[in-house]
Amino acid sequence: MAAMTGPGPAGTVTEVPAARAEQLTKVYGEGDTRVVALDAVSVQVQPGRMTAIMGPSGSGKSTLMHCLAGLDSATSGSVFVGGTDLTTLKDRDLTRLRRDRVGFVFQSFNLLPTLTALENITLPLDIAGRDPDPEWLDRVIDAIGLRDRLGHRPSELSGGQQQRVACARALATRPDVIFADEPTGNLDSRSGAQVLGFLRTSVRDLGQTVVMVTHDAGAASYADRVLFLADGRIVDDMADPTAESVLERMKRFDAGGRAV
Amino acid sequence: MLRATVRGLMGHKVRLLLTAVAVVLGVAFVSGSLIYTDTLKKTFDDLFSQTSPDVVVSAKQAFTSGSGSGVGGDGSATIPAATLATVQRVDGVERARGSVFVNGVQVVGKDGKTLGQPGVPAFGSTWSADPDLSPFRLVEGRGPTRSGEVAIDSQTATKAGLRVGGTVELTTPGATLHVTVVGIFRFGTTGNLAGASITAFDPRTAQQVLLQGADAYTGISAKAKPGVSQETLRQRVVDALGAQAGTLKVQTGKQSADEAAKSITAGLQFFNVFLLVFAGIALVVGSFIILNTFSMLVAQRTRELAMLRAIGASRSQVTRSVLLEALAVGVAGSTVGLGFGVLLSLGLRGLFEALGIDLPAGPLVVSGTTVTAAYAVGVLVTLAAAYLPARRASRVPPVAALQVDATATVRSLRLRAVAGVALLAAGALAVLVGLRSTGDSAPSLVGLGGLLVLVGTVVLSPSISRRVIGWVGSPMRSAGPTGKIAVDNARRNPRRTASTASALMIGLALVSAIGVLGASTTASTDAVIDGVVKADFIASNSAFLPLSPQVATTLQGVQGVQTVSRVQALPVRLKSGVTAFTVVDPATITSMLSIDTVTGSIQGLGTDGLLVDQATATSEGWHLGSAVPATFLDGTARTLVIQGVYKSTGAFSGGVVSTATSRQAGGRDLDLLVYVRLAPGTDLHAARSAVDKAMLQYPDVKIQDQTQYKQSIRDQINQLLYLVYALLALAVVIAILGIVNTLALSVMERTREIGLLRALGMDRRQLRRTVRLESVAISVYGAVLGIVIGLAFGAALQRSLSDQGITELGIPWAVLAVVLVSSVVVGVLAAVWPARRAARLDVLAAIMTE
Repeated sequence: MAAMTGPGPAGTVTEVPAARAEQLTKVYGEGDTRVVALDAVSVQVQPGRMTAIMGPSGSGKSTLMHCLAGLDSATSGSVFVGGTDLTTLKDRDLTRLRRDRVGFVFQSFNLLPTLTALENITLPLDIAGRDPDPEWLDRVIDAIGLRDRLGHRPSELSGGQQQRVACARALATRPDVIFADEPTGNLDSRSGAQVLGFLRTSVRDLGQTVVMVTHDAGAASYADRVLFLADGRIVDDMADPTAESVLERMKRFDAGGRAV
Repeated sequence: MLRATVRGLMGHKVRLLLTAVAVVLGVAFVSGSLIYTDTLKKTFDDLFSQTSPDVVVSAKQAFTSGSGSGVGGDGSATIPAATLATVQRVDGVERARGSVFVNGVQVVGKDGKTLGQPGVPAFGSTWSADPDLSPFRLVEGRGPTRSGEVAIDSQTATKAGLRVGGTVELTTPGATLHVTVVGIFRFGTTGNLAGASITAFDPRTAQQVLLQGADAYTGISAKAKPGVSQETLRQRVVDALGAQAGTLKVQTGKQSADEAAKSITAGLQFFNVFLLVFAGIALVVGSFIILNTFSMLVAQRTRELAMLRAIGASRSQVTRSVLLEALAVGVAGSTVGLGFGVLLSLGLRGLFEALGIDLPAGPLVVSGTTVTAAYAVGVLVTLAAAYLPARRASRVPPVAALQVDATATVRSLRLRAVAGVALLAAGALAVLVGLRSTGDSAPSLVGLGGLLVLVGTVVLSPSISRRVIGWVGSPMRSAGPTGKIAVDNARRNPRRTASTASALMIGLALVSAIGVLGASTTASTDAVIDGVVKADFIASNSAFLPLSPQVATTLQGVQGVQTVSRVQALPVRLKSGVTAFTVVDPATITSMLSIDTVTGSIQGLGTDGLLVDQATATSEGWHLGSAVPATFLDGTARTLVIQGVYKSTGAFSGGVVSTATSRQAGGRDLDLLVYVRLAPGTDLHAARSAVDKAMLQYPDVKIQDQTQYKQSIRDQINQLLYLVYALLALAVVIAILGIVNTLALSVMERTREIGLLRALGMDRRQLRRTVRLESVAISVYGAVLGIVIGLAFGAALQRSLSDQGITELGIPWAVLAVVLVSSVVVGVLAAVWPARRAARLDVLAAIMTE
């Protein structure tokens, strides 16, 4: 919890970022098949805020998130979660970091089918061998509003409910930062809105930090800030976005050249 | 479609390899057994045909006593020396010789005790170097020419460390001899006579040593003049012998060789069946793995198969494509299996040699039958096991191709549960009926019941696996998230888990049942010895060869010995078949053994009395006073009268006659056992030393007290058990491969889950432990089922065999503990590779897998 600065609206420049990338470059393949997914990206994720990453397919937005989350390694440059440089970590320490300081919400297939909702929520703590903080767990469970379904297995929950359980799981360890990869991609709009509402609540009321990759302008509008990526570079950075302003910005990708 | 099949095969190399290994092992065992026994048969055939003269004359016995030696018989019937002269005079006989060939000459080893094992004969013979009339082929030195010289077969010479020019001590039916080894020879050109030892003397000495000096032979062999056929000569010999021919057996060399080979291969037949039973077990276990693999392949390829159906492949084409894969696996597996079978047959040769069973070693025989059997078995088992999954594949609806989460529909287990319970009930019923019925059918009914229970459990297993794994897994669950996830994973697909565990269950059920049977046999003999044997010492021969009467006389003279009682055997033919009576001295035997007579008394045996056990009395319908006609080896027929019926205790069973009766029936005055009872108050240790000292002159006599006697019986049972366990180990190895296969496929199926767990912070060690614990949960489940069934089945078998002396139920706790512990080890071993595979998965790639 080193980088936690407590709840609050906009962070200031002097704050320690929850996560940051410096001159982050990610290259796949070699020779003819060489693809530069990220091209010297530098970005800071402010704590206690919700940041959306947007961009067209192939822009590198997922790669950026995977690198920030320690799921993928950088070709060059460095990545920090709190004060820790991920590029220097061995697999074992990286695993620890993911377990203790990072939370994940994936697009689909987020829960273990054999475990109940509650067991899924506490899974990262179980893996770490830690006891959950009951008060915190209570708040998280109240926030997802599924107290009566905790004993159910994922197959007995709707897609939206499953995703809210996944969000609760990401929160359970009180991580430095939660990464959500297209969390509403597989959901209908009503369920999607509930999940996004919950993520925003977790930032506003529970003081969490959320980084979300999405291609849905509506989803991005829940964020405090939107980063736009194209061809592996950050091409725009929008504060307090609305669905309209995001959509407007996205249109420019479609109309004009992709590299701005 | 063919191309799709080939690509399918190539796409799943690893799992098909594992499946093929199951086929390979099963086929290797089948072909190895066949090659081994064919080779033995061929070797013996060659051995006897090489060594046959043209005509063989031997003394005719009323019947053969089934000693299994095949050659020489019991040596109790002889041919007068004058007969040789008659044969030599027959027109067409170039030359003829008389020989003596008798079981009962043992070589004394360096430790002062005779070499030899139960059931392996030790022959004494007349030496002859005539290649046409004798099977002996000198390797070194020369033949014996006078008393005090012998030639020894090369195998025995090697075992006893004998060289030409050295001396050797021999025990014979008469005195113990100290002689010089002047020659070493082989039997035939290939080697020895099924492990039997042969000591050859010059003709006169042979008669003195083996026939107590009688100028007689046990056989005459003749060589025909050129142009005289074997059959012609045989007829002429029969004519020349005239009336005497009725008491003699006159055979052509070919007939004699065939008879000898046949009597040995009859023994091998049993051996072959024994090995093939284990091959069958291996195949049954293997077929579970094949079934499982193809089921999983089909389940995983549901979408691919649906796509094929959607673009127009017919149901039968889909079925065929899966069966074609199976065919390819079956053919490849059988081919490799045949190759391994050759190696295995060499391994079997080594195994039996290591167990001290010496058989001649000829070149390996791979017959057409073996090759056909290998392919038939391998391919048919694979196809049969793949048939169900193939049919299921054809039922995949084309629309499954379009569904996001296309997995085979979960079919209800109710039908299986009902069928399983029905089979279990039928099996239990058969066991109960078998236990209530008397006679020979009881064990086979119990066996059938056991088989039904086993099949029933296999069928029922998916319905109970969830619950039982929940129980066996409860200690794991408390060990944190890895344990819980592991146990949940093991319970996830009950069919798959059940059939994986079934393979192990079958092997371990058999191990447990055999263990119970072994422990029960041991417990029963212990009980008999404790409760029935009152003798302080028992004297016998290590190879169960008869003992000279002098042994009993000497023992009687030892300080402290009160009574000795001699036990002999008398071969006899009854209406029901050939058997052997136990010959006892009614005056002394009751002080050595408690004989519990139901009616009559052992004292009433007299010279024509017969005592029988209850089971025989019941099955033959005999009671006190019944007349029993019997024919003895010397051809005399007598009618014996039942003088009593006793409860069989395991010390002996069957008919019992007195020494006097045996004498009149031409029984030999040689002892099988001598019981020794000490005078009351005699110090056991002092008496033992005195007895041992007195027995120094009889190297062939083994003295055992009750504890040693128990141990020697236990050792014999254990040797057999270890052989069976060694063969069952193969089934367990196949079961391990099955677990490896299932886990590897499960890991592949759960790639995304593994990715998720890793992303959530599970490290590689924890992940490996999860896979390992799942594996242990499956194998312990199989072991628990196996132990339960094995115990029940073993106990039922014991009850059904209680008539035959297995009266006590013994539970082999040590064996069961080993089975349970080794199932954990099996689980851990099986998980090594799948766990490593799971841990190596790239997190990001895993979570992004479709």
